[in-house]
Amino acid sequence: MATEVKELKWIGKRPIRPDGVDKVTGRAKFGADLTLPGMLVGKVLRSPHAHARIKSIDTTKARALAGVKAVVTSADLPELASEWVPAGELQINFRDLSSNILARQKVFYDGHAVAAVAATSAALAKQALALIEVDYEVLPHVIDVVAAMQPEAPLLHDDLFTEGVTPTPETPSNIAKRVEFARGDLEAGFAQADAVVERDYTTKPVHQGYIEPHAVVASTSEDGQSEVWCSTQGQFSVRFYIAKLLSMEISQIRVTPSEIGGGFGGKTTVYLEPLAVLLSRQTGRPVKMVMTRAEVFRATGPTSGAALSVKIGATKDGTVTAAEATLRYQAGAFPGSPVQPGAMCAFAPYAFETFKVVGYDVVVNRPKVAAYRAPGSPIAAFGVESALDELAKRLEIDPLALREKNAAREGTHAAYGPRYGPIGFVETLQAVREHPHYQAPLGPNQGRGIASGFWFNIGGESCAMLNVAEDGTVVVVSGNPDIGGSRASLAMMAAEVLGIDFERVRIIVGDTSTIGYTFLTGGSRVTFATGMAVVQAAEDVVRQLRERAAKVWEISADAVIWEDGQAHPAGANAGEFEPLSLRDIAAEAGKTGGPICGNASLNAQGAGPGFGTHICDVEVDKETGRVTILRYTAVQDAGRAVHPSYVEGQLQGGAAQGIGWALNEEYVYDEDGRLQNPGFLDYRVPVASDLPMIEAVIVEVPNPNHPYGVRGVGEVPIVPPMAAVANAIENAIGVRMCDLPMSPPRLLAAIDNGG
Amino acid sequence: MAKYHVSTSINDEAVEFLCEPQQTLLDVLRDELQLFGSKEGCSSGDCGACSVMLDGRLVCACLVLGVEAEGRAVETIEGMAKGDQLHPLQQSFLEEAALQCGVCTPGILIAAKALLERNPNPTETEVRYWLAGNLCRCTGYDKIVRSVLAVAEEMRGG
Repeated sequence: MATEVKELKWIGKRPIRPDGVDKVTGRAKFGADLTLPGMLVGKVLRSPHAHARIKSIDTTKARALAGVKAVVTSADLPELASEWVPAGELQINFRDLSSNILARQKVFYDGHAVAAVAATSAALAKQALALIEVDYEVLPHVIDVVAAMQPEAPLLHDDLFTEGVTPTPETPSNIAKRVEFARGDLEAGFAQADAVVERDYTTKPVHQGYIEPHAVVASTSEDGQSEVWCSTQGQFSVRFYIAKLLSMEISQIRVTPSEIGGGFGGKTTVYLEPLAVLLSRQTGRPVKMVMTRAEVFRATGPTSGAALSVKIGATKDGTVTAAEATLRYQAGAFPGSPVQPGAMCAFAPYAFETFKVVGYDVVVNRPKVAAYRAPGSPIAAFGVESALDELAKRLEIDPLALREKNAAREGTHAAYGPRYGPIGFVETLQAVREHPHYQAPLGPNQGRGIASGFWFNIGGESCAMLNVAEDGTVVVVSGNPDIGGSRASLAMMAAEVLGIDFERVRIIVGDTSTIGYTFLTGGSRVTFATGMAVVQAAEDVVRQLRERAAKVWEISADAVIWEDGQAHPAGANAGEFEPLSLRDIAAEAGKTGGPICGNASLNAQGAGPGFGTHICDVEVDKETGRVTILRYTAVQDAGRAVHPSYVEGQLQGGAAQGIGWALNEEYVYDEDGRLQNPGFLDYRVPVASDLPMIEAVIVEVPNPNHPYGVRGVGEVPIVPPMAAVANAIENAIGVRMCDLPMSPPRLLAAIDNGG
Repeated sequence: MAKYHVSTSINDEAVEFLCEPQQTLLDVLRDELQLFGSKEGCSSGDCGACSVMLDGRLVCACLVLGVEAEGRAVETIEGMAKGDQLHPLQQSFLEEAALQCGVCTPGILIAAKALLERNPNPTETEVRYWLAGNLCRCTGYDKIVRSVLAVAEEMRGG
C-alpha cells in the first residue's frame, strides 16, 4: 500500500479546485436547485408545543382542498423496533428517527413534525397545513439539562431506563445513559496536588448553521423505484435510512447527492427525505421539499447544551496528579447526545495518569441533537481547557508550559483507551511558542488566551473508481459529497500516483448506483479514507498501464516501471523501447485489452488523531460587555496537507464557528418551551465584521497509515476556541467566564458582580 | 390567482415573465426563470445568499417582489462572467480558495463587485462591514476578505 514518497508533484500544491468554476458562476446545483416536470411541493406541519400528547389528527379538510394530492402522518410509516445503528460519529435508533420525522403519540419539541402534505403549489401546501386539525393535550415540559435530571422532572419517555448503571433503575427517567472512563486512584491523586481548580461550566446548544436549508426532490415510478436528489453528507446513509423507515429494499432507492451548502455534521441524518419519498409514492409525482430557515432552527441540529463540572489538581511543577469531569449533555427529544465522545475527548490531549470522566445523556424538550463538528469534544474542552488555565495561574506557570508538561506524545496511553502512534500535539504547542503572535504586546483591557483540542478522526468504508478516457484523461468517481474541497484533494492524489497533470484528472461525486458503498462525509475521513481508496484505484490503473505497455513491447509486465506518467522498460530492457505515456497507452487501449478502469474498495484503518492549539487576543469593552477578537491564530497538525489552502480553510472556518459558539450563539426559549430566535437575525452567527483575519498554521507530523501521511483536519479547529476566548477574557479583565455564550449582557453582569 | 405580466431586464437581456403578487424576485428568478444561481438561505434578508443588483443597487432578492422588477434592470451571478471570461473576483475566489461549500459564493461575489464599483480602494474594515450582510459558515471570511482586497488592488492597476 505504501507508495514510495519521492519528489511530490501535486501533494502540497494549491491548484484550482475542479468544481470551482461552477461554484463562482452559479452553475453548481444545490439541493433546492432541481426542478422536475409535474413536480409537487411538499410541506410539513410542525408542533407549536414543547411537549404534548396527540389525541387526534383530522386531515379531512386538508385532503379536500383542490390541488392537495397527499397528506401523510405517522400512521403512514411502519412501526419500528428500537435498534441502534452506528451513524458517523454518533448512533441512530430507527424507532426514534421514525418518531422524529413524524411524531407518533407525542410531540417532544416546538417544531416537531406532525404531518406532511404534497400540493400543486407552495401556497396550496401551506393552506393545506392550516386545515389539518390536531388535538393536543399539552404536557409539562423541560428544557434545561440539570432540571431534566431531577426525579420530579416532566418525563419525556415512560420506557426510558438509564443504561450504564447497575442495577438498571426500576423507574424511568430522562437520563438515557451514563458513561464512565477512569484510571487510577482519584482521591490519592488529588491529595498529592499543591493546587486544585474545581469549576462548573455551562454551554448552550448551538446550530451547525449551514447556509443551505435541507432540501430534497423525490420521484417514485410505477414499479416502485424511487429516485432521490438531496443535500446530504452521505447518499448511502440516506438510502439506508429511507429503506429502514419506509420498509423498502435498498435496491428500490437511488440517491443522488446535490452540491451541499454546508453540513458540519447536521446533514448526516434525514428529516425530509423519507417524507418526500412517501409523498411521491402516494401521488406518483415528483415531490420537492425545502425547509425554511425557521424550520431548520426549530427542527434540525443542533449540538447539545451542557452542564459540566471539572476538577484538576497539579503539583508545583505543573504535573497534573488527578483530573475529574462530570458531563451532562442534552440529547434533545430522543437519546443520543455526543456525551460518549465528549467524555473520551475530555482529557485526550494529556498524559494524565489518574482521571475519571462521567457522562450523562439526557433527554429534554428540544430538537434531537445531530452531529456537529467534533461532536461532544468542544463542550468538554471548554471546561477542561478553562480549568487548566486557572490552574496554571494558581501555580504561576505559563499556561503553554503547563500543557507542554502534561502533553500526550507518541506512546502515551490515551485517556480513552488506545496508545497513541505518532501525534503532533507537542509540535502544535511548540509552534505556538515560536509564533510572533504569542509574544506580541497587548494594550489595556486586552488579553491573550490559548487552548488546545483533540479529535479522533475516523477511517471506514470507501470505494473509488478511475476511468481512463481514450485521450488519456482520467475521471475519478468518489462516493463522498464534497463539503469543503475534497474533490481537489482526491484528484490531486490521483494525479500524483499517475504522474500526470492535475488538469487531466476530472472528478465527480457518484450517486448510490454509480459507485460502491462509501461511508458518509464526516469524521474528517474523506481525504484520509476515500483518499486512500483513490490512491489504490490509481495504483490499479498503473498496474494495468504497465501490463499494456508490456504487451506492446512483448516483455514481462514486471520489466515495466511507471515513472513521470510514462511506462518505461526496466532491468535488462532498459532503454530498449521509447517510453509510452498514459495518453499513448489510452489511445491504443482497444488493441491491448480494452478500456482501462481502476477500482478500489477498503475499510480504512489507522486514522491519525488530530490536535490543535489556538491563540486568541481579545479586547473587552467594560462599559458594554462587548468582546472584540483582535487577533487569532489556529495551529494544527494536518499529518500532510494535500491542498494547504483548503486545510487552512478548515482551520479558519472551524475557529470562526467556535468564536460564534463562545460569544453569541444560543437558543432562546420562552416559558412555554417555544423557540424565540429561529432566524439568522436573532441567532447570530459570526459575520465578516465580527472577525479579524484568522491565521492558520499547519504542522505536519505524517500519519504512517496513509500513503501521503494524511490526517483528518475538519473537526479539531472547533474544539479550542471557546476556552481560548474565555482564557483571553480572563487575562484581559480578570473575570472568569464559565457560562456560554459570553455575550455582552452576560459579560456585563459578570463584570458588575466583580467577576 | 391572476398573474401579473412583468417586463424587465436581467443581465442586460430583455425578459418578460408572469408572476403572482406575493412571489419575491428570488422566487421568480428561481422558480419561473430557472436562474438557480441566487440562493435562498433565509427568506428574511439576513444571509445575503440571494444578493442581486437592482438598478445598480445591492439588494436581497428575497426582500423584493417580482412585480417590482417591472421596467428595471436586474443583475445576477449568471451575468457576472462575460463569455468565457470570469470576472476578476470570480477568478480570485478560485485561486485563493475563498469558498468551501460555495452556497454563499454567488451572493458574496455580487456584493463584493458592488463594493468595488462604489469604492475601488476599500480598507479591510470597509470590506468586512460591506460583506457583513452575507453569511458564510465555512471559511471564517479570511480568504474572502483577502481575495476582495487583492482584486481591488489588481483592478486599480496596482
